[in-house]
Amino acid sequence: MVRKALGWLTFVMILAATYLVFMWVPNEKVMGPVQKIFYFHVASAWIGFFAFLIVFIAGIAYLSTRERKWDIIGVSSAEIGVMFTTIVLITGPIWARPTWNAWWTWDPRLTTTLVLWFIYLAYLLIRSSIHEEEKKARFSAIFGIIGFIDVPIVWFSIRWWRTIHPVVVDSSGFAMSSKMTTTLMFSLAAFTFLYFYFLSNSMFVEKMRTELVGIKESLRNRF
Amino acid sequence: MITAENITKKIGSKTILKGIDLHIAKGEFITVFGPNGAGKSTLLKILAILMKPSGGTLTINGFNTNNEVVKVRGQIGVISHQTLLYDSLTAYENLEFYGRMYGVDNLRERIFDVLQEVGLEYAFNDPVRTFSRGMQQRLAIARATIHQPEILFLDEPYTGLDQQAIEILNSVLHKFNIKDRTVFMITHNFEQGLDLSDKVLIISKGRIVYERKAAGLMPHEMKDVYINTVGGKV
Amino acid sequence: MNYFNQIATLVRKDLASELRTKEMLSSMLIFAMLTTVVFSFAFDPDTETVKKVFPGIIWVAFIFAGIMGLNRSFGGERNNDCILGLMLCTQDRGVIYLGKTISNLVFMYIMEGITLPILFVLFDYRLKGSLLLLITVVLLGTWGFIAVGTFMSAMAVNTRNSEILLPIVLFPLIVPVLIAAVQATGIIVNGGNWADTVNWFRVIGAFDVIFTIVPWLLFEYLLEV
Repeated sequence: MVRKALGWLTFVMILAATYLVFMWVPNEKVMGPVQKIFYFHVASAWIGFFAFLIVFIAGIAYLSTRERKWDIIGVSSAEIGVMFTTIVLITGPIWARPTWNAWWTWDPRLTTTLVLWFIYLAYLLIRSSIHEEEKKARFSAIFGIIGFIDVPIVWFSIRWWRTIHPVVVDSSGFAMSSKMTTTLMFSLAAFTFLYFYFLSNSMFVEKMRTELVGIKESLRNRF
Repeated sequence: MITAENITKKIGSKTILKGIDLHIAKGEFITVFGPNGAGKSTLLKILAILMKPSGGTLTINGFNTNNEVVKVRGQIGVISHQTLLYDSLTAYENLEFYGRMYGVDNLRERIFDVLQEVGLEYAFNDPVRTFSRGMQQRLAIARATIHQPEILFLDEPYTGLDQQAIEILNSVLHKFNIKDRTVFMITHNFEQGLDLSDKVLIISKGRIVYERKAAGLMPHEMKDVYINTVGGKV
Repeated sequence: MNYFNQIATLVRKDLASELRTKEMLSSMLIFAMLTTVVFSFAFDPDTETVKKVFPGIIWVAFIFAGIMGLNRSFGGERNNDCILGLMLCTQDRGVIYLGKTISNLVFMYIMEGITLPILFVLFDYRLKGSLLLLITVVLLGTWGFIAVGTFMSAMAVNTRNSEILLPIVLFPLIVPVLIAAVQATGIIVNGGNWADTVNWFRVIGAFDVIFTIVPWLLFEYLLEV
């Protein structure tokens, strides 16, 4: 019930965000319409990072409580995070090409996002290399903690690295009008709802899967 | 010595142990039977403090699961079906390594004592990889007792042993037990070790389903009881 | 005191075992040298470009060879279930982590001590900065790599496809220490001094400390049976 309501709410929010982005907010003067990708690009980056934070918290919670629910939250968040980080890595170059005249620059934000993407792909890979449910949960909780702690160090090292090698194109921001800020904030909110909707769906599926295992086991015990 | 109260263990969504109550007195020799997947090995790991129980309390020598039961780790020895030995090191080096890890005093003397007990003193300087299977298992017995543990856990010790190794194991167990030390053994073998036992248990589906004094119990009797309790194959 | 005795015993055991078989060290050494040779085919050693990528070549060779060693590190403990033996005789699992990290570091340092001069010879490179500083960056950079690498190898060895998994999970994690070590090495070999490299040493130092303490704390969870 709650899940359904959340689904509809998310749908309306995303629809409204799309309206704001394409109809309401004015084009950026220099970049033109291509800049509109920015609203979803930033929102995806935010969700990616937020999801990985949840993976980290769920990891700690799992190791201290050993409740399966935390493992499910962890893996669902990692999957969502990888998906949104992928969107960031795709929309980034689309935006960068016309703006900076290059598909990719080794800008700290881009590069950190790429490293993040690899870290959480590794997280999913670890899970797929383990059969035992308990070990899978334990190892991925541990890796989720280690990986997240690494993120700030990655960020700083890449930033210093790039300040030594001068960046060819200036990737700093642009002045945002108030309408742009409003649109961005609204997109962020809409994507956050989207994240929670996805999370609740993943958790629901996992819960069904657990129930199924339980039913199978009780059937096996009966016959 | 060891008191387990309502020990449960859940691994993932499976419940392996469903409430085990067990009291093992000092010097007691317990033998545990049970079908595969009954939870015997899990129970052994919990009693040997290799695994934390999901529920219940375990008390060993006054330390329990809430106040650092790991401190009794030095008083525990385990013989598993694997030897836990380093192939590239010699028999002496293996025992020296474990002896140092346990902080054994007069280590050199102690090493030759245990080597003599298992009849391997002549091979002390040979790498373990050159040993026959039986010799390796005898050395594994020496390894498990190098630090003179108070409690010895054995997981299917007779599997794959040759006759000589069986005799040595039995005599080591006898000598060990006679010194008022505790033994907890899991086995499928009704022929061996029963005469040494004080008590036998049968575990099935995560519960203790049978318990009796072992005095006067004959192997074929035990087998009958087992089949009646658990049913089907041994 | 007992804690350090146990670590020392564990390291001594690893070294004695390696001295007997020389499996790990020899394959690491051969691999490091092969990587070097392959690099000199890939980039013509006479050109100016090579001068620029030289620090990178050093670290790529070290890390590739290191991965080989790390893959074996806990593999040896798996034979005959020796890891269970270690778990029986240690009250604190941190002992196993620190002991293994130190053994792996010793193997790495030996390999690097032999490979590094050979690299300088093969690429005809003149060290312009301080040798002491270069040694420091190699020691500290390797520490960071091995500290997290040892932990990940203990994790990978417990999975189905450990040999393939280790590099994939390890490389993204060591990005900071790799960047910092390569940059610092580059500055030093081209004549830079301490002040030029201090920022990079900070990154390496922070990485080393964080990724020694966190794995040390988490190791107990990793080793549960």
